[in-house]
Amino acid sequence: MNKQTIESLDPRISRAQLPTEVDHIPQYEVLDQFVTYEVFQQQKSGGHFIHVGSVHAPNEEIALLFAKEQYGRRGKSVGMWIAPTNAIVSIPEEDVDMFDATPEKKYREVGAYMVRNRVEQYKKDNRNE
Amino acid sequence: MNKEALKNLLYRMADDSLIIAHRNSEWTGLGPILEEDIAFSSIAQDKLGHALALYSLLHELGEADPDIIAFTRNEKQFFCAQLVEYPIGEYDFSLVRHFLFDTAEKIRYELLQQSSYEPLAKLAKKVSSEIKYHTFHAETWIKQLGSNGNEESKARIQSALNDVYPIAFSLFEKTSFEDAIVADGIFVGEETLQLRWVERVTSIVTASGLTLPSADYSVHYGGRNHYHTEYLQPLLDEMTVVFQIDPSAEW
Repeated sequence: MNKQTIESLDPRISRAQLPTEVDHIPQYEVLDQFVTYEVFQQQKSGGHFIHVGSVHAPNEEIALLFAKEQYGRRGKSVGMWIAPTNAIVSIPEEDVDMFDATPEKKYREVGAYMVRNRVEQYKKDNRNE
Repeated sequence: MNKEALKNLLYRMADDSLIIAHRNSEWTGLGPILEEDIAFSSIAQDKLGHALALYSLLHELGEADPDIIAFTRNEKQFFCAQLVEYPIGEYDFSLVRHFLFDTAEKIRYELLQQSSYEPLAKLAKKVSSEIKYHTFHAETWIKQLGSNGNEESKARIQSALNDVYPIAFSLFEKTSFEDAIVADGIFVGEETLQLRWVERVTSIVTASGLTLPSADYSVHYGGRNHYHTEYLQPLLDEMTVVFQIDPSAEW
């Protein structure tokens, strides 16, 4: 059979001599998939570790290896954690209405603290000293 | 300080970095899994950065602009070791080459931190943190696919080691400037580097349940003195194809 191969602007693809047409797509056995790990990045010394995403990896060592490049190669990092995704415990989705607070509880919000006025006054009084 | 000797060392290091960067970048988009594709590509990009930094040092010493040096020479003007020229092969070949190359880079830059040529000593300090990740990446995979792997992964890494290890000695081929480089304190020399490299590689390979083949050091010599494999010129043709369309273009 004389089949045409893919000519691409990417020389690597042309070199691979891939047929332009395939008769059938081979069915592969479904293999085990890697588990995922959640990645937490610390941007400043002493700062919080913040969740930045996840990586697929066969084990913790490789997960750290990937996390460093996936999430640490841009911007500054001073620390990084990983944790298996299945170790994360969360509030079930159907129960998230628990977070809905009634609107009349202003006293629970920082803005309602009476001390704030005194702090503002203190700042104003001491500004030019 | 012997300026020609210094330039010879810089050219060898820069060309190694440029060519390995290009080779490893050939995996971009075709890597075994997404995360590894990104990591390996990122390492390749770092290597390109090292090449640029070294060509810039050469430029300060009176050589042409880095783009001109990188993109307008033919194979006979290159100083790279034959190790970096070979096609990427299968992923096991590329991984093992990366491991052997970066282990040597790491030790070379550690030693160069004492260089009598201050700009080089400074650069060596600067790139050492990047190379630390490169060797961490390489060593993690060798261990993972060696003692932590299965029969197939172990057999493939062992077979790649058998092929690549002898070629890796091409990195330590000396040039006629070797004595001057050592005498002027520019670099402690290829012999010291090779000794430390063999020691380090042996310890990692052994700890990974693998073995090193015997190697006749000099079989793959030539690159440092412009005798290259048949693979270098086609690589250069491909790498420079866009540059050659309009060499005077402003980027």
